[in-house]
Amino acid sequence: MFTYLLRRLGVAVLVALTVSLITFSMIYLSGDPAVALAGEAATEEDIESIRTYYGYDRPILVQYGDWLFKALQGDFGQSHYLKQPVALVIFERLPTTMMLGLCALVFALVLSIPLGVLAAIRPNSLIDRTALTIAVIGQAMPSFWFALTLMLWFGIVWRLLPITGSDSWANFVMPSIALGYYITPAAMRLTRAGMLEVLSADYIRTARAKGLRSVTVLFKHALRNAILPVISLAAVQFGFMLGGSIVIETIFAINGLGFLAWESIQRADLPMMQAIVLVLSVFYILLTLLADMLNAWLDPRIRVA
Amino acid sequence: MATGTLPTATEILEPSPTALLRRRVFGHAGLIIGTVVLVIIMLMALLAPWISPHDPYDQVLDRKLIPPIWFDSPKVTTEHLLGTDQLGRDYLSRLFWGARISLLIGFSAMLISGLIGTAIGVVAGYFGGRVDMIANFIITTRLSMPVVLVAIAVVSLVGSSLTVVIWVLGLLIWDRFAVVMRSATMQVRSLDFVTAAEATGCSTARIVLTEILPNIMNHLIVVATIEMAHAILLEAALSFLGLGVQPPEPSWGLMVSEAKGMMFFDGWLIAIPGAALFLLVLSINLMGDGVRDVTAPDGRN
Repeated sequence: MFTYLLRRLGVAVLVALTVSLITFSMIYLSGDPAVALAGEAATEEDIESIRTYYGYDRPILVQYGDWLFKALQGDFGQSHYLKQPVALVIFERLPTTMMLGLCALVFALVLSIPLGVLAAIRPNSLIDRTALTIAVIGQAMPSFWFALTLMLWFGIVWRLLPITGSDSWANFVMPSIALGYYITPAAMRLTRAGMLEVLSADYIRTARAKGLRSVTVLFKHALRNAILPVISLAAVQFGFMLGGSIVIETIFAINGLGFLAWESIQRADLPMMQAIVLVLSVFYILLTLLADMLNAWLDPRIRVA
Repeated sequence: MATGTLPTATEILEPSPTALLRRRVFGHAGLIIGTVVLVIIMLMALLAPWISPHDPYDQVLDRKLIPPIWFDSPKVTTEHLLGTDQLGRDYLSRLFWGARISLLIGFSAMLISGLIGTAIGVVAGYFGGRVDMIANFIITTRLSMPVVLVAIAVVSLVGSSLTVVIWVLGLLIWDRFAVVMRSATMQVRSLDFVTAAEATGCSTARIVLTEILPNIMNHLIVVATIEMAHAILLEAALSFLGLGVQPPEPSWGLMVSEAKGMMFFDGWLIAIPGAALFLLVLSINLMGDGVRDVTAPDGRN
């Protein structure tokens, strides 16, 4: 167990370092970052002074080392636009995005697990077919279009929910649905497949044979085992959702990290963009690490192999 | 001779594999529906210059926001079957031309990511060991970076154009190809015919190309459909955020974005391009699911 843990941790650190290198080199994609910052009307001297001010005149590896060293201490530099420390702005916005992600995840799981279980109890029944149809339709719907459609019906036509902002819980209902529905099909299919497999296992037959109530067999014996892969899927998808929330946050004007990322891109605020990409990536790495550890703890076959 | 030889009993009882496949293909409603819809959209795209009633870029400012013909409004005209947008451009023509952009980006990005992902996956699955470890590391690194965010950031830094969007998406979404091809290759690699090919002295390149690739083709096709749909949705999202295809190009995602401000008065403006995107992605997914079901071994549906 300890060796597995250590190796897994080592990989996570290496991945994080590689991601940081990629994120850092992003600023050189547009060519010379100093020229990009200075704008079109800048003179040669302006560009030169910006280059020295931000340290773009140093060797790239030195710049990277310096950036990484500061980032590890939680210092991502100053935002070019807001003139505030990047880290401060990010940690102001992070809770909103986390909240949105969690609500979306809860919505997705509350919908997909019961549907998956129902579908698995009676394969090829009407419920099963309906659930699969919903899954196929859900996977094909562009998220921004679904969000706008929700907004149109629930916000304008029926006037049930506020359409923009992030002040009250009601603001989070539509965005959570719009963000969460996308992972519902995958979670549902996984629950269904897991349940189908578990339900044909010997220990379920034993449980039934000794006369346990079918509800007990279903929830205490079957679902517990079938749910494991869904949990690791949920962890991974939570990471994806945080990255994908940029579209939903922009539409509903939710003051989270995604909206901040979009604003920063509009303002060409490079340090902010870099920091957001890095923070979300590291968060994803931590989530998958956690999911793997959880799985290893629950399933001895993983940690021994 | 009037009558040929009668077929033997075994010939009647055992339909040929081709006949079996044909029967499965035509018995699969999803596959048929998906293919038909996809072919229609592809025809729309290919024939756009000839079947569009108007120029998709032509702005006629005194003909703004004409509703589609099924609306009960005095402005409705048969000249604009799907109406006109906020700049008086014919919506049907823009829809036809938009199909080109979606299909072009979806197909090209899928091709690029398919090449990268298949190469990584097959090499990792075939050689295993250290190579597999490195490949796994590359895949994990790629997976930990948020696609939409990185794509948007890169596009905004490099400058957005059709080619840039294709390359950025192609270079980002190869992960599923790599993961699936890796495990498929590992399975096939342990089979006897690969060992036989190795024993007869075939080169590695030949084994991979003629023994392994044909046998993982069905997985490859399924992932290709998923990733093509994925790329189309990503392009639409990027264009919707203003960081993909640029105006005045008729990208479906961009059309939704441009109509956003008017959606509370003219909901059809976002409903039409959105529905087109939905149908396109649905048809590709149905086809992918169909191919998976049809090529799966018996009894595994």
